Formats: sequence, structure tokens, C-alpha cells
Amino acid sequence: MQTVKVNNQTHVVDVPGDMPLLWVLRDILKLTGTKFGCGIAQCGACTVHMDGQPIRSCVLPVGDVSGREITTIEAIGEQPLAQKVQRAWLDHEVAQCGYCQSGQIMSAVALLANNNRIDDHAIDQAMAGNICRCATYTRIRSAIQDVSESVGVWQP
Amino acid sequence: MSDNHLTQESASRRQFLKGSTAAMGGLMVGAWLPPFAPKSAAAAAVATQKGALGDRFAEGFGAFVRVGHDGRVAVISPKIEMGQGIHTGIAMMVAEELEVGLDQIDLQEAPPDADLYTDTLLQFQATGGSTSTRYTWEPLRRAGATARMLLVEAAASVWKVEAGQCQARDGQVLGPDGQALGYGKLVDLAATYPLPETVELKQPEAFRLIGTPAQRLDTPAKVNGEAKFTIDLDVPGMLITSARACPVYGGTVRQVSDRAARAIPGVKDVVVLENAVAVTATNTWACFEALKALDIEWDYGANRELNSARLGEKLHEASRRDGVVAAENGNIDQSLDTAATQFEAVYEQPFLSHSPLEPMTCVAHVQADGCDLWVGTQVPGLAQQTAASITGLSPEQIRIHNQWIGGAFGRRLDFDFITQAVQIASKVDYPVKLTWSREEDMTHDMYRPRYVDRMTAAIGDDGYPAGWRHRIAGGSIIARYLGGLPDNGVDFDAVEIAVDPVYHLDDLKVHYIREEPEVVPISWWRGVGVLRGIYAVECFIDELAHNAGIDPLTYRKTLLQHRPRVVAALERLAEQSNWGDPLPEGRGRGLAVGEVFGSVVATVVELSAVGDKGIRIDRLVTVVDCGLVTNPTSVKAQMEGGTLFGLSAALFNEIEIEQGQVQQENFHEYRQLRMGEAPSVEVDIVPSAEAPGGVGEAGTALIGPALVNAVHAAFGDRVRQLPLTRSGYYIV
Repeated sequence: MQTVKVNNQTHVVDVPGDMPLLWVLRDILKLTGTKFGCGIAQCGACTVHMDGQPIRSCVLPVGDVSGREITTIEAIGEQPLAQKVQRAWLDHEVAQCGYCQSGQIMSAVALLANNNRIDDHAIDQAMAGNICRCATYTRIRSAIQDVSESVGVWQP
Repeated sequence: MSDNHLTQESASRRQFLKGSTAAMGGLMVGAWLPPFAPKSAAAAAVATQKGALGDRFAEGFGAFVRVGHDGRVAVISPKIEMGQGIHTGIAMMVAEELEVGLDQIDLQEAPPDADLYTDTLLQFQATGGSTSTRYTWEPLRRAGATARMLLVEAAASVWKVEAGQCQARDGQVLGPDGQALGYGKLVDLAATYPLPETVELKQPEAFRLIGTPAQRLDTPAKVNGEAKFTIDLDVPGMLITSARACPVYGGTVRQVSDRAARAIPGVKDVVVLENAVAVTATNTWACFEALKALDIEWDYGANRELNSARLGEKLHEASRRDGVVAAENGNIDQSLDTAATQFEAVYEQPFLSHSPLEPMTCVAHVQADGCDLWVGTQVPGLAQQTAASITGLSPEQIRIHNQWIGGAFGRRLDFDFITQAVQIASKVDYPVKLTWSREEDMTHDMYRPRYVDRMTAAIGDDGYPAGWRHRIAGGSIIARYLGGLPDNGVDFDAVEIAVDPVYHLDDLKVHYIREEPEVVPISWWRGVGVLRGIYAVECFIDELAHNAGIDPLTYRKTLLQHRPRVVAALERLAEQSNWGDPLPEGRGRGLAVGEVFGSVVATVVELSAVGDKGIRIDRLVTVVDCGLVTNPTSVKAQMEGGTLFGLSAALFNEIEIEQGQVQQENFHEYRQLRMGEAPSVEVDIVPSAEAPGGVGEAGTALIGPALVNAVHAAFGDRVRQLPLTRSGYYIV
């Protein structure tokens, strides 16, 4: 039995401790907004927050998240900053197929929430782990820049 | 007002129409059938359960547009949404003519139905080849306009005025004396009218929606986790399944020891197929772990010794043969004999994987009397056929529930994974959701073929070509996909662009030499034959220009005097990219231009040489003349994304084969452009009144040669083989 706290709800799930958090979220808790892309932390589609930090849930054993707060794309919109990010994603018409965008948004929200100075280099670093096969990178950058400016952390 | 009259009329009509119209609740106007679909074929469809779509198929009702009693408009999209924004484009086309807001429209996926949804450009029901806007442009607007005419006619009849005195606006019909009736109140009456003989479409000057930037309808669900792709579906009683196919294409399973796999908690069944072993389980992790725990003895089959080096040799050898002639103008043999100089170059393009971020997925439920497939597919009709052939059910018993696709790039024009899902589902008594691991996806793709192009030009004293011979060697996608080649033996996809390069040439001879790789299956990849042809032609013309000492843009223009639209795009590109402005040493610009997918596209890459082989892309400018634009936002997004998609491949990507097995398994070995490496793409859309052209693959097709030509300009090194990493280049 594993205990996980996801989006402010505590779940006890009957899975082995080495099952990656991704599959607990998707197959057991039915939170399918977090995506599977590679299984080896190469693409970032599975990005969620653990205590506010972006992590790749496809390689994080569920046994290691006990006592931690997990936040997924389904609940991130409860945070005002994340709402701004989601709004910017629509304003900049970022998504194409959309499959990677949950992970992109989770990485972007963490970048914005955890830094009081953001520039292009910071965006490059924070978003380097997220692949977009539709290659929407330019728009992702613009959306992050916009939010950074609106919350006063953009320092190019 | 005449509400009473209307209500009575509606009630009687409802009884009259009965069946599915009442059940669906409204007017169903398909209004238009593909030009070669005989009405009788549509009528036959009514006799089957396809009639559930709408019970007036014989008159063309129900195919594309249905207006409900609540006034909402259902648009049945013959094209699947995979990121290209086509659902929004199609909704705009209908909304424009039907005079409704985009917020009144709901999109539905068309079921497989060749009579109704055949794309006349592709000749079958499919989403691909950048035809979606080009094909839907006429029939979808016509469907919207027809529905509007019938609704206006109904309102005029209620008010006892002439239809010409009424107008449609924002989902209602307005009468001459201030009357107004919402579409929902008019649908029953309108549904009783025959289709109008003539339907007039709006002139572009009258467009209010088409041509304006519209927020895509599918994107709000893509920023909050709500969007469902095939991989996200959950049907009652479903288990997860995944499979391991023989690492060598064509190989089979000899025997399996599954004791360790079955011991993994959650594992239900092990299903042995001819070329693969599948596991079903309560969760994906258990499936993946169980697959690893299987001890499978393979019969690797005939391809076990094949490798990339040998395949390359065979292609180069083939490129020296004559094969079959795909095009011949003038007399290139004579020109080559008498030319002042000859110039030959050989270009090579690698096998490529699609690697969409959503790996191959399909939910299948096979029962005695029917089969349900929930799957994102570019080819619903082919999905239906493969399921019918495996299960022995009739095609009508195969229900396809098409889904949004998490990236396809051509991958889901094939249905091998659907076949596999149905094979597995046929052997168990519950629905299964097939999810491939990334490793399975990358090593069992249907790859973009590897090609070798050998081009030999006859050059005159002025440095311009009288013509050239173009030999194309590679496997045939057409032969595999359609089960054979036309009588002339030419793969018409493989010779695209080559048989009609935009340039004026007195002599042209194109040879197609089919050389099948055997070791991997080959298929459509974003850009298709156009991409492969443009790469060779645009690199070659650039080399000729440099050999002649003439500016490559000027050189092209000289050979393009008969193509004013292409010249105009080039001139615009020159302006946008500051083509003529001098650059410092170690910095260079490369360009490529083409008529592709009904559009004219021209691209410039400006880059700096950093150290010996480091590339820093400073600017990327693309001009697109794609005729009338439906949604400029989507055109721009497709040009940006398509260009960077192609850039990623041209820089980094190659699938290699050793011992018959694909060597690249995941994104660390098949790397993609990442945030810090992705240049911004400056997209310039040419205002145009020409017929709409395709844009989904246009950017992808042009970037490769533009990049390689820029590398030459900056480094002085002529790379002819993709990807650039093969020649030691890297991105800074």
C-alpha cells in the first residue's frame, strides 16, 4: 500500500512502491492530464509538481513521494499564477496537438513561481526538459515572457 | 407571431420524418456530396445503419452540417484534429456561410464512409498530404450555405414573405418587419424542403470570419488536462495492453516463457501473436514490466543481417542505374554531350521516425456481433477494413470512434498498431487499451524511406543549366500503401517535385529506381514526396548558382520567369530577410523555394559558424503564399511548427539499422530540438486571392535545403547528406 497526496487529496493505493508516480496518477487515480511520452525523463510530458518543484513523474517511484504534496495539471489552475499561464497559453495560441502542453505548463508555472528574475536564459534552462514535437517553442517562450512581465519578474 | 403555426407544423413534421431525425432533434444538412459519389450510393447508405447519421442521405442531408432544435450547429468533420487546427478552420467555413458564431458550433468526427467523406484530392477518406483545407474549402462552405438557404426559406414561409426579404445573421433569420426566428425553431420546417438547385457562396470581400484570426476551438481543453487523447480513454471493463514485436521486421515468435511476467501483480493475460507478444494488465506499468520479464525466442527471419551501411551501398549503386523513366522533356543525353560543362551531385536522406509524443495507442473491444475502436486515426476507413478482416465481421459492424491525435506527422496514416490492438482484443473477452512504450514506438515505426538522388546537369557558357538528369533511388511507399505501382512502374510520390521542378529547363529526365530496404516498413512522413524532392532540387540549384558565381536568389529568379507567383514570393523573401545586405565573415544565408501542396513557400536561414562545426541560427524567415487564408493564426502556427519540425530532422535525425534492428530507441538517441535551440520563425503571409493551398507540411519541406545552403554560405562546406550531425555539425 502506498500513500500519495495529490491535489490536496490523500489516496492509499494498492500498488508496488517502484511503480512510477505517472502510472499511479494515470491508471489508478485516473488523472490523465499528465502524459506519458518516453518513460525515461527525456521528454517532460509527465511533469508534475512535488512540493512546488517540477519533477518527471515517469521515473519517480511512488514509494518516494510519501509525505510530499503532488500537484498535477488538473489542479494547477487553482493557483492564480498558473491561471495566468494558462490564459497566456490561449492568448498566444500555443498548443497544436496539445499532448505535451500539460508538461510544458507545469514546467513554466514552476519557473515563474520559484524565481524572481526571469530572462531568456532562464526560460531555456527551465524548459529544456520538455520536448514539443509540434515545435511550439517560440510561442511557449512568448507566453512565459508575457506572464513574467505581468508579474514583474521579467529582467532581460 | 406565428409560433403556434410553427409548433403545429413541427409536430406533424416530426411524425413524418420519424426515426433518427426526431432522435437527433433537428435539421441535418449535408448538402453536398463528393462530386463522384453517385446519389444512389448515398441512398444505399440510408438502407444500412449508416442512416443513423441523418435520414435524408439520398438528398445529401446529414453529411456535414446538422442544426439542432437548440440552435446549436454540429459540424461533422471529415478531417481529424492532430494539432493542425483543421477543426477550427472547418468550423469557420461553415459558420461563415451559415451565419452563426463559432461558439455555436460543436465538432464531431466523421465515421468511415467513402461515399460521403472521400477527399477528392487524396481519393480516399484520410487526413494527410496537406489537403484538408484545400478539399473542405468548397463542400463545407457549401453545406453551411445550403443550410442557411433552407432556414431562410423556412422563416420566409412562416412570415409569408419572400426569402429575398429575409437575411440570416448570428444564428437567426431576420424578417423585413423586424421579425426574428432562431435557427432551432426553423429546423423542422427547413428539413422538409428539397435542396436548392443552386447555392451561391459568398465572395471573399463579404467574408466576416474567414481570414480573421480565430481562437482555436480545441485549445482551451489542452491547457488544463481536460483534452482526451486515445491514451487517456477508459471504457468499462477495459484492461491495458502493450506489446513487444520482433526486433527484426519480418521476424516471428518461436516460443515464449512467461512465468516471470505472469507473476507481476496486475498482469492478466499473455497473448502470443505471430510477430509479437502482448500482455494485458490492470495498469500500464505492470504491462511494461511484464513485457521486459518475458523470455521470448525469436525467429529473426530473412532481414537479420541487414545494416545501414549495406543499405546505403545498395542505394548508391541503384542511383547509377536507369530504372524507369518518370518524366522526359527535350533530350538530356544530347545536352550532356554538348554542354560546356557537366556537374553531378549526389544527395542522401536518411530513414526517419515520426516519434509523435503520444506513442501508438488504440482502444479495441471485439465482441461476437461488433467491434468498437476508439482511436485517433488519419484513415478511419482503413482502420475499419483491417478490423473487419481480422474479426470476420462486416465493415458496418466495426464502429470507429475517432479521437484527437497527440501528434501524427503521418504515423497514423498507417494502421499496424490498430491491427495489433484488434488481434489482441480478439483473443480476450474484455476491451483493451494498447499503449506502446516509447522504445516499441521508435523501433517499430513505419519509417520515412532513405533516398539517394543523383543529379547531373548540362551547363551552358552562361552558367545556367540547359537541363538535368535526376535519378531517384529508394523504396516505394506507394507500392506498399496501395499494394502496387501504376503500370508505368513509377512511384508518383517519390518523384514529386523532380518531375516538375519550378525552374525552366529545356531538357529534363527523371529516373525512378526502386530499391526496397526490406528491413523496415516505409511510410508517409510530414512533407512526403514533396519534402524529399525539394531537398534534392533546391540543394542542386544552389550548387549550380555558386558554381556559376551568381547570387543564388538571382539565379533562381532567372530560371523562374514563367512562374510569376514564385518570383513574387522570392522578391518578398529577399525584402523580409534583407537578402542583399552584406554579412560578416563566418555568417551566411541560404534559401530554398518551392511550389508545394498548392502553396508557394520560400525560406531563408541565416546562421553563424561558431568554431569549426558549430551552427548558431540567427534568423529564420519564411514567406508563404497559400492563397485565401481561413485562419491566419493556424497558418502562422503551422509554418512555425512545421519549419522547426523539419529543422530538427535535418539537424539531428537518422534511424540506423544494425543486425536488422533499429538502433534508436528513445529521445536520447533520436534527439529533438529543445527550447534553447529553437529559433523564432518569422512568417510572412502573402495576401492572396488564389485558391487555398496547404500549409501543414510546407514549412517542413523547405527548411532542409535552406539550412544546408546556409551552411555552405557560412562554412564553405557543401553537405549533401542529412542529417547535419552526420557531418560533424552541432547546434550552438
